[in-house]
Amino acid sequence: MIEIGTPAPDFTLRDQDGEEVSLSGYRGSKVLLVFYPMDFSPVCSDQLSIYQEVTPQLTEKGVELVGISVDHVYAHKAFQEKLGIETTLLADFEPKGEVARAYGSYLDLGFANRTLVLVDEDGKVVWTYESPNPGEFPGANVIFDALTGVAA
Amino acid sequence: MDLTSAPIPPLVPDDHVRGEGEGLIVYADLGCPRCAAAWAELAARPAAIAFRHFPLASKHPRAPALHAAAEAAGRQGAFFEMVDSLYAERGRVDDPHLWERAERFGLDLERFERDRRTEEVDARVRRDLESGLRGGVTGTPAVFSEPHPG
Repeated sequence: MIEIGTPAPDFTLRDQDGEEVSLSGYRGSKVLLVFYPMDFSPVCSDQLSIYQEVTPQLTEKGVELVGISVDHVYAHKAFQEKLGIETTLLADFEPKGEVARAYGSYLDLGFANRTLVLVDEDGKVVWTYESPNPGEFPGANVIFDALTGVAA
Repeated sequence: MDLTSAPIPPLVPDDHVRGEGEGLIVYADLGCPRCAAAWAELAARPAAIAFRHFPLASKHPRAPALHAAAEAAGRQGAFFEMVDSLYAERGRVDDPHLWERAERFGLDLERFERDRRTEEVDARVRRDLESGLRGGVTGTPAVFSEPHPG
Protein backbone atom coordinates (compact mmCIF):
# COMPACT_ATOMS: atom_id res chain seq x y z
CA MET A 1 0.00 0.00 0.00
CA ILE A 2 1.07 3.55 -0.60
CA GLU A 3 3.07 5.04 2.27
CA ILE A 4 1.66 7.61 4.64
CA GLY A 5 3.14 11.03 3.99
CA THR A 6 3.38 10.44 0.23
CA PRO A 7 1.69 12.92 -2.06
CA ALA A 8 -1.45 11.16 -3.31
CA PRO A 9 -0.96 10.34 -7.01
CA ASP A 10 -3.33 12.48 -9.02
CA PHE A 11 -5.70 10.78 -11.43
CA THR A 12 -8.62 11.52 -13.71
CA LEU A 13 -11.31 8.87 -14.01
CA ARG A 14 -14.88 8.87 -15.25
CA ASP A 15 -17.70 8.59 -12.73
CA GLN A 16 -21.02 6.75 -13.01
CA ASP A 17 -22.43 9.55 -15.18
CA GLY A 18 -19.43 9.56 -17.49
CA GLU A 19 -18.11 12.81 -16.05
CA GLU A 20 -14.37 13.20 -15.56
CA VAL A 21 -13.30 13.48 -11.94
CA SER A 22 -9.76 14.35 -10.85
CA LEU A 23 -8.33 13.87 -7.38
CA SER A 24 -6.79 17.33 -7.61
CA GLY A 25 -10.32 18.70 -7.97
CA TYR A 26 -10.89 17.79 -4.33
CA ARG A 27 -7.95 19.87 -3.09
CA GLY A 28 -9.04 21.78 0.01
CA SER A 29 -11.18 18.89 1.21
CA LYS A 30 -10.28 15.57 2.75
CA VAL A 31 -11.00 12.63 0.44
CA LEU A 32 -11.50 9.03 1.43
CA LEU A 33 -10.73 6.73 -1.49
CA VAL A 34 -12.57 3.46 -1.12
CA PHE A 35 -11.02 0.84 -3.39
CA TYR A 36 -13.18 -2.24 -3.79
CA PRO A 37 -13.08 -5.33 -6.03
CA MET A 38 -16.22 -5.20 -8.15
CA ASP A 39 -19.73 -3.89 -8.44
CA PHE A 40 -22.38 -6.56 -7.81
CA SER A 41 -19.88 -9.02 -6.35
CA PRO A 42 -21.49 -12.17 -4.98
CA VAL A 43 -19.89 -11.51 -1.60
CA CYS A 44 -22.81 -10.14 0.32
CA SER A 45 -21.18 -6.84 1.14
CA ASP A 46 -22.83 -3.85 2.70
CA GLN A 47 -19.68 -1.74 2.54
CA LEU A 48 -20.95 1.13 0.41
CA SER A 49 -24.39 0.98 2.02
CA ILE A 50 -22.83 1.34 5.46
CA TYR A 51 -20.64 4.23 4.33
CA GLN A 52 -23.69 5.87 2.73
CA GLU A 53 -25.42 5.69 6.11
CA VAL A 54 -22.62 7.76 7.71
CA THR A 55 -22.06 10.16 4.80
CA PRO A 56 -23.69 13.08 6.69
CA GLN A 57 -21.22 12.57 9.53
CA LEU A 58 -18.34 12.36 7.06
CA THR A 59 -19.46 15.55 5.36
CA GLU A 60 -19.55 17.24 8.77
CA LYS A 61 -15.89 16.32 9.13
CA GLY A 62 -15.04 17.71 5.72
CA VAL A 63 -14.53 14.32 4.08
CA GLU A 64 -15.62 13.45 0.55
CA LEU A 65 -16.17 9.77 -0.13
CA VAL A 66 -15.15 8.28 -3.50
CA GLY A 67 -15.48 4.64 -4.52
CA ILE A 68 -13.09 3.16 -7.10
CA SER A 69 -13.20 -0.20 -8.85
CA VAL A 70 -12.19 -1.56 -12.25
CA ASP A 71 -15.82 -1.59 -13.44
CA HIS A 72 -16.98 0.56 -16.33
CA VAL A 73 -19.18 3.63 -15.84
CA TYR A 74 -22.35 1.80 -16.91
CA ALA A 75 -21.87 -0.87 -14.24
CA HIS A 76 -21.21 1.91 -11.70
CA LYS A 77 -24.45 3.66 -12.65
CA ALA A 78 -26.47 0.48 -12.25
CA PHE A 79 -24.71 -0.41 -9.01
CA GLN A 80 -25.29 3.04 -7.56
CA GLU A 81 -28.98 2.80 -8.40
CA LYS A 82 -29.31 -0.74 -7.09
CA LEU A 83 -27.76 0.21 -3.77
CA GLY A 84 -29.56 3.51 -3.56
CA ILE A 85 -26.32 5.32 -2.80
CA GLU A 86 -25.11 8.75 -3.84
CA THR A 87 -21.41 8.05 -3.45
CA THR A 88 -19.38 8.93 -6.53
CA LEU A 89 -18.06 5.74 -8.13
CA LEU A 90 -15.05 6.04 -10.41
CA ALA A 91 -14.15 3.65 -13.23
CA ASP A 92 -10.52 2.52 -12.97
CA PHE A 93 -11.22 0.82 -16.24
CA GLU A 94 -8.62 1.73 -18.86
CA PRO A 95 -5.78 1.11 -18.34
CA LYS A 96 -7.32 -1.46 -16.04
CA GLY A 97 -6.52 -0.89 -12.40
CA GLU A 98 -3.94 1.82 -13.11
CA VAL A 99 -5.05 4.00 -10.20
CA ALA A 100 -5.39 1.01 -7.85
CA ARG A 101 -1.83 0.06 -8.84
CA ALA A 102 -0.57 3.58 -8.10
CA TYR A 103 -1.98 3.26 -4.59
CA GLY A 104 -0.73 -0.28 -4.04
CA SER A 105 -4.25 -1.70 -3.94
CA TYR A 106 -4.27 -3.85 -7.07
CA LEU A 107 -4.39 -7.60 -6.80
CA ASP A 108 -3.05 -10.01 -9.44
CA LEU A 109 -6.58 -11.41 -9.54
CA GLY A 110 -7.50 -8.45 -11.73
CA PHE A 111 -9.20 -6.12 -9.30
CA ALA A 112 -8.50 -3.96 -6.29
CA ASN A 113 -8.42 -5.23 -2.75
CA ARG A 114 -10.72 -3.55 -0.26
CA THR A 115 -8.54 -0.69 0.90
CA LEU A 116 -9.08 2.82 2.19
CA VAL A 117 -6.83 5.81 1.57
CA LEU A 118 -7.42 9.11 3.36
CA VAL A 119 -6.00 12.12 1.49
CA ASP A 120 -5.80 15.43 3.33
CA GLU A 121 -6.69 18.92 2.10
CA ASP A 122 -3.19 19.37 0.67
CA GLY A 123 -3.27 16.15 -1.34
CA LYS A 124 -1.13 14.07 1.03
CA VAL A 125 -1.86 10.48 2.05
CA VAL A 126 -2.43 10.60 5.83
CA TRP A 127 -3.93 7.20 6.55
CA THR A 128 -4.46 3.88 4.83
CA TYR A 129 -6.23 0.64 5.63
CA GLU A 130 -5.76 -2.66 3.88
CA SER A 131 -8.25 -5.50 4.35
CA PRO A 132 -6.70 -8.91 5.04
CA ASN A 133 -8.66 -10.18 2.04
CA PRO A 134 -11.21 -8.83 -0.48
CA GLY A 135 -14.04 -10.51 1.42
CA GLU A 136 -13.64 -8.29 4.48
CA PHE A 137 -14.01 -4.56 4.81
CA PRO A 138 -13.51 -2.00 7.58
CA GLY A 139 -16.59 -0.77 9.39
CA ALA A 140 -17.57 2.87 9.69
CA ASN A 141 -15.95 3.00 13.12
CA VAL A 142 -12.51 2.39 11.60
CA ILE A 143 -12.92 5.46 9.41
CA PHE A 144 -13.97 7.67 12.31
CA ASP A 145 -11.12 6.38 14.47
CA ALA A 146 -8.75 7.43 11.69
CA LEU A 147 -10.36 10.86 11.37
CA THR A 148 -9.96 11.41 15.09
CA GLY A 149 -6.34 10.41 14.76
CA VAL A 150 -5.60 12.81 11.95
CA ALA A 151 -7.76 15.68 13.23
CA ALA A 152 -5.87 18.96 13.07
CA MET B 1 -23.01 11.34 16.44
CA ASP B 2 -19.70 9.90 17.63
CA LEU B 3 -18.89 6.96 15.41
CA THR B 4 -15.45 6.03 16.70
CA SER B 5 -14.92 2.45 17.83
CA ALA B 6 -16.64 1.33 21.01
CA PRO B 7 -17.45 -2.15 22.30
CA ILE B 8 -20.93 -3.53 21.71
CA PRO B 9 -22.87 -2.27 24.75
CA PRO B 10 -24.17 -4.77 27.30
CA LEU B 11 -27.93 -5.20 27.59
CA VAL B 12 -29.94 -2.35 29.06
CA PRO B 13 -33.51 -2.49 30.40
CA ASP B 14 -35.15 -1.29 27.20
CA ASP B 15 -33.36 -3.79 24.95
CA HIS B 16 -35.78 -6.24 23.32
CA VAL B 17 -34.95 -9.73 24.58
CA ARG B 18 -36.78 -13.00 23.99
CA GLY B 19 -35.97 -16.48 25.20
CA GLU B 20 -33.74 -17.92 27.85
CA GLY B 21 -30.26 -19.30 27.91
CA GLU B 22 -27.08 -18.14 26.26
CA GLY B 23 -27.32 -14.40 25.65
CA LEU B 24 -26.98 -13.29 22.04
CA ILE B 25 -27.30 -9.80 20.59
CA VAL B 26 -28.40 -9.57 16.98
CA TYR B 27 -28.09 -6.42 14.90
CA ALA B 28 -30.64 -6.89 12.15
CA ASP B 29 -32.26 -5.00 9.30
CA LEU B 30 -35.99 -5.62 8.86
CA GLY B 31 -35.61 -5.08 5.13
CA CYS B 32 -32.79 -7.59 4.70
CA PRO B 33 -33.47 -11.03 3.22
CA ARG B 34 -30.44 -12.58 4.92
CA CYS B 35 -31.79 -11.42 8.26
CA ALA B 36 -35.20 -12.89 7.50
CA ALA B 37 -33.61 -16.27 6.85
CA ALA B 38 -31.36 -16.04 9.90
CA TRP B 39 -34.19 -14.90 12.16
CA ALA B 40 -36.15 -18.09 11.70
CA GLU B 41 -33.09 -20.10 12.64
CA LEU B 42 -32.16 -17.88 15.60
CA ALA B 43 -35.70 -17.88 16.96
CA ALA B 44 -35.55 -21.67 17.19
CA ARG B 45 -32.38 -21.66 19.30
CA PRO B 46 -32.44 -22.14 23.07
CA ALA B 47 -30.97 -18.69 23.65
CA ALA B 48 -31.92 -15.29 24.97
CA ILE B 49 -31.92 -13.22 21.79
CA ALA B 50 -31.72 -9.43 21.96
CA PHE B 51 -32.83 -7.66 18.77
CA ARG B 52 -31.07 -4.41 17.97
CA HIS B 53 -32.09 -2.16 15.10
CA PHE B 54 -29.74 -1.84 12.13
CA PRO B 55 -31.68 -0.42 9.18
CA LEU B 56 -29.58 0.42 6.12
CA ALA B 57 -31.92 2.97 4.59
CA SER B 58 -30.13 3.35 1.26
CA LYS B 59 -30.25 -0.38 0.60
CA HIS B 60 -33.70 -0.98 2.08
CA PRO B 61 -35.71 2.25 1.87
CA ARG B 62 -38.69 0.77 3.69
CA ALA B 63 -36.56 -0.50 6.59
CA PRO B 64 -36.57 2.59 8.83
CA ALA B 65 -40.38 2.65 8.79
CA LEU B 66 -40.48 -1.06 9.68
CA HIS B 67 -38.10 -0.58 12.59
CA ALA B 68 -40.23 2.33 13.83
CA ALA B 69 -43.30 0.12 13.50
CA ALA B 70 -41.63 -2.63 15.54
CA GLU B 71 -40.67 -0.12 18.26
CA ALA B 72 -44.19 1.28 18.31
CA ALA B 73 -45.65 -2.23 18.58
CA GLY B 74 -43.15 -2.86 21.36
CA ARG B 75 -44.56 0.04 23.33
CA GLN B 76 -47.79 -1.95 23.44
CA GLY B 77 -46.08 -5.23 24.24
CA ALA B 78 -45.96 -6.72 20.73
CA PHE B 79 -42.37 -6.13 19.64
CA PHE B 80 -41.43 -9.70 18.72
CA GLU B 81 -44.85 -10.47 17.22
CA MET B 82 -44.24 -7.57 14.86
CA VAL B 83 -40.64 -8.55 14.07
CA ASP B 84 -41.58 -12.20 13.47
CA SER B 85 -44.39 -11.14 11.19
CA LEU B 86 -42.35 -8.58 9.24
CA TYR B 87 -39.72 -11.22 8.51
CA ALA B 88 -42.27 -13.92 7.75
CA GLU B 89 -44.19 -11.82 5.24
CA ARG B 90 -41.62 -9.55 3.64
CA GLY B 91 -43.86 -8.72 0.73
CA ARG B 92 -46.54 -7.23 2.96
CA VAL B 93 -44.94 -4.18 4.53
CA ASP B 94 -46.93 -1.22 3.26
CA ASP B 95 -48.95 0.84 5.71
CA PRO B 96 -52.20 -1.13 5.24
CA HIS B 97 -50.27 -4.31 6.05
CA LEU B 98 -48.86 -2.69 9.18
CA TRP B 99 -52.37 -1.65 10.24
CA GLU B 100 -53.63 -5.17 9.66
CA ARG B 101 -50.85 -6.52 11.84
CA ALA B 102 -51.54 -3.95 14.57
CA GLU B 103 -55.15 -5.04 14.64
CA ARG B 104 -54.19 -8.69 14.60
CA PHE B 105 -51.95 -8.14 17.62
CA GLY B 106 -54.71 -6.29 19.45
CA LEU B 107 -52.94 -2.94 19.45
CA ASP B 108 -54.51 0.49 19.81
CA LEU B 109 -54.13 1.49 16.17
CA GLU B 110 -54.23 5.24 16.72
CA ARG B 111 -51.53 5.01 19.34
CA PHE B 112 -49.45 2.72 17.11
CA GLU B 113 -49.73 5.21 14.26
CA ARG B 114 -48.75 8.07 16.54
CA ASP B 115 -45.89 6.29 18.28
CA ARG B 116 -44.16 5.07 15.14
CA ARG B 117 -43.75 8.65 13.94
CA THR B 118 -42.27 10.11 17.13
CA GLU B 119 -38.80 11.53 17.54
CA GLU B 120 -38.44 9.25 20.55
CA VAL B 121 -38.93 6.08 18.51
CA ASP B 122 -36.60 7.37 15.81
CA ALA B 123 -33.95 8.09 18.45
CA ARG B 124 -34.37 4.62 19.94
CA VAL B 125 -33.76 2.99 16.55
CA ARG B 126 -30.82 5.28 15.82
CA ARG B 127 -29.29 4.42 19.19
CA ASP B 128 -28.95 0.78 18.16
CA LEU B 129 -27.72 1.69 14.68
CA GLU B 130 -25.05 3.89 16.21
CA SER B 131 -23.92 1.24 18.71
CA GLY B 132 -23.67 -1.27 15.88
CA LEU B 133 -21.63 1.06 13.68
CA ARG B 134 -19.31 1.86 16.59
CA GLY B 135 -19.00 -1.83 17.39
CA GLY B 136 -17.83 -2.60 13.87
CA VAL B 137 -20.95 -4.13 12.36
CA THR B 138 -20.26 -4.49 8.63
CA GLY B 139 -23.30 -6.45 7.52
CA THR B 140 -26.51 -7.94 8.79
CA PRO B 141 -27.35 -10.01 10.60
CA ALA B 142 -24.48 -9.41 13.03
CA VAL B 143 -24.57 -11.71 16.04
CA PHE B 144 -22.60 -11.09 19.22
CA SER B 145 -22.38 -12.91 22.50
CA GLU B 146 -23.91 -10.79 25.21
CA PRO B 147 -21.10 -8.73 26.68
CA HIS B 148 -20.93 -8.43 30.42
CA PRO B 149 -20.13 -5.13 32.07
CA GLY B 150 -16.87 -4.76 33.96
